[in-house]
Amino acid sequence: MSKEAQKEKSMVLQKEMVEGLFNDLANAKELGKKVCYTFIPGNLSELIRTFDMLPVYPEINALQSAMRKKSAAYIKEAEKNAHSEDVCTYVKCDVGMLMKGNIGPTGQKIPDPDVLLLSYTGCFTFLKWFETLKREYPDAKVIMVHTPYQENAEMTPEMTQYMVKQFKEEVIPQMEEVTGIKYDEAKLKEHLRLSAKAEDLMYEIFQTTKHKPSPIDAYFAGVYYIGPINIGFRGTQKAVDYYEELLKEINIRIENGQGPITPEGEMKEEKYRLVVEGPPNWTSFREFWKIFYDMGAVIVASSYTKVGGVYDLGWRHDPERPLEALAEYCMNCYTNLNIPQRIDLLKKCITDYDADGYMTNSIKSCNSFSAGQLGMMREIEDDLEVPVGFIESDLVDPRYFSYSNIKNRLESYFQMLEQRKKLERETESV
Amino acid sequence: MKDLNVLIEECKKHAFDLNFTRAKDWKEEKEGRVLVGYMPIYFPREIIHAAGAMPVGIFGGGDDKQIIKGDAYYQSYICHIPRSIMEIALDKHMDHIDGFIFPSICDVIRNLSGIFKQQKIGKFVKYMDFPQNFLPEIGGVFYQQEMEHVLKYIKELNGVEVTTEALNHSIDLYNKNRQMIEFIYDIRQEHPWRLTIEEVYSIVRAGTVMPVEEHNAILEQVCTHIKEDIGTPQDKIKVVVSGAFCEQPALGLIRAVEEAGCYVVDDDYMLGSRMILGDIDATTDNPLESIAISYINQSQFSSSIYDVHNPKENRLAKIVQDRGADGVVFAAASFCDPSLLDAPIFQNAFDKMGIRYISFQFSENINQYKVIKEQVGTFSDSIKLWEDEPVVV
Ligand code: SF4
Ligand code: SF4
Repeated sequence: MSKEAQKEKSMVLQKEMVEGLFNDLANAKELGKKVCYTFIPGNLSELIRTFDMLPVYPEINALQSAMRKKSAAYIKEAEKNAHSEDVCTYVKCDVGMLMKGNIGPTGQKIPDPDVLLLSYTGCFTFLKWFETLKREYPDAKVIMVHTPYQENAEMTPEMTQYMVKQFKEEVIPQMEEVTGIKYDEAKLKEHLRLSAKAEDLMYEIFQTTKHKPSPIDAYFAGVYYIGPINIGFRGTQKAVDYYEELLKEINIRIENGQGPITPEGEMKEEKYRLVVEGPPNWTSFREFWKIFYDMGAVIVASSYTKVGGVYDLGWRHDPERPLEALAEYCMNCYTNLNIPQRIDLLKKCITDYDADGYMTNSIKSCNSFSAGQLGMMREIEDDLEVPVGFIESDLVDPRYFSYSNIKNRLESYFQMLEQRKKLERETESV
Repeated sequence: MKDLNVLIEECKKHAFDLNFTRAKDWKEEKEGRVLVGYMPIYFPREIIHAAGAMPVGIFGGGDDKQIIKGDAYYQSYICHIPRSIMEIALDKHMDHIDGFIFPSICDVIRNLSGIFKQQKIGKFVKYMDFPQNFLPEIGGVFYQQEMEHVLKYIKELNGVEVTTEALNHSIDLYNKNRQMIEFIYDIRQEHPWRLTIEEVYSIVRAGTVMPVEEHNAILEQVCTHIKEDIGTPQDKIKVVVSGAFCEQPALGLIRAVEEAGCYVVDDDYMLGSRMILGDIDATTDNPLESIAISYINQSQFSSSIYDVHNPKENRLAKIVQDRGADGVVFAAASFCDPSLLDAPIFQNAFDKMGIRYISFQFSENINQYKVIKEQVGTFSDSIKLWEDEPVVV
């Protein structure tokens, strides 16, 4: 098999998985499956699967709409309906899409929810989002799981117990009621075993950026890599197969000394290695990425790929402590870490992956990410003496993506990196 | 008994004092005293009081404080309050405050707790996670653990082990405090001219920065004054102000709404001081449990509490009805996600219920209200024209 064909195999697998899910969703009634709307950070995929439900992720719908250039119209629709200009555009995009018939990325209608599972982590907007959806779907059952914040940089036994009690006394009984399926712990454990396997693989995949050149881009391509684990396939053999295949393909790239694949083919020269904080922009995703790869910049680590789980520090789903594992998973997603923890994690990335620079993409929509980013940036700059860059954009609102502005800023930033590198080379030669 | 105007002036002096002088003086009066700052919205101040410390409400810099350093911490699309809190912290206005509590209301306040930790401001920083689970044996227990965490921090500073008696005594004092504040609102419901909303606001806000005993003494006198038939009624409609529960409008803006023709008969400006509806049981062997249960069962609706079982639009509509208000003024701090994300929920419901409303956004540091005043004036005039139409709930 040619290398290109091998590369494609993981993509094909992912495409099949996503299409399969949306097909199942379109036929949920016929398949007799209940539909569970939930969010990525803190998603309880394994539990949803244990009850044989199909997940819908409103954030994914929103970002897919943006990539298909539909978000502007959806946002406008929501704003016509009293939604403010100044709130998270994911919510407005989703609400607008709902008002326009809730047609998903594959052109099929997404079914109404039987359950709104609010197992949110690290963002208050999620709470408001489902309050809004509940009013649109009065028959849906709301299941609330409160994830305590790691305010003191720890997950205490009390916090875990609080969550486990919620699972036992609220979540599981309500899921049993909606689905008519009895809770089967053995089944959950099996899903968790597979989750841990996928997590190990994902960890290995993101570790490969230590190589020079890095074989992957851990932000722009990374957002595709985290797809299966985040959108409901965590805990399945399919996800394990996907990540095994992906790792195989990446390892071949390493053997061949190849850099990352971009939409325009392989990146030839790795000039700058960056760590990026903050979500990407989805409305001009390709143009945004192109500015980086045209300049020879590769992202060796990003915080965004950790929103659905932080696996860098050794944590994995433990099938022997199933409900505790679910609790810890929720508490350990990136935006549920406190600011000093986030700083430490980013510093570790910069050091471990030998990055030349640190870049913040500050997203107007997202206070969960953005509030505090400037202080974080300053500490990272002071402590590691690494050049820092800062740009502003939005997730799915094209009004807040200014191509020329961002390009100008990035060009100056890369110039600064170049000067710094030159200086280093000169010092070394002296 | 002091003259009402003297009391009001006293309250104004304290309420907007960015040096927190009364709290500082209280601390200096006796060795080993501890001050604990808390951010909006709500915090059970009873437990701080019972631990021999004094709670100090921190509500941003208002329109007094020029922001220079704070802007370097917050992007332009984030509300104003975190930058003004940073400014007053970095300008050392809060150096005498020992610890800081950040109640869970939104991601901005939550992340600000991390910036305080990172900057090592205060001897302790606690983000207080209020339960979103409303079963006493689950969320209630978690809440008690959170309160115990705060008490542990205070004990590390002053060595005080709280007792059941002390807690019950503090609960009792704050019960009285809330009762008197509600009395003021109840009187104003029928006689809003006896005190302006600007005066009510100043009186209630002063209570967040002085010992509760002193505030209760002030409230007692205010209550006595307003039982008398003072002031002159004016031709104004009655409104409820909703949505300004965290970042506070400047006093001038609070005043402007009434000057534009609206008696504000209820509001959520100082929601934290009025959060618990009714008394907390001050007679039990487990006062922390009483506080937790009161939060679960007796809280006012709030943007920070998931409301699925008790929709907020119905609860606000009930306040409008109970207070005999003609409409609602939605006032949200610019870029305030919780408030702005609630707005469509309220407004869609009120359109159906036939409750009239207007909305505007503000920032704590704006002191030009001409446009808002005109808007409110037009609203008031239009309601006066429809005077006979009843509010449908
Ligand atoms: S605020 Fe941020 S984390 Fe929350 S829903 Fe919006 S984009 Fe997601
Ligand atoms: S004003 Fe609103 S967004 Fe800002 S800190 Fe307060 S609650 Fe949060």
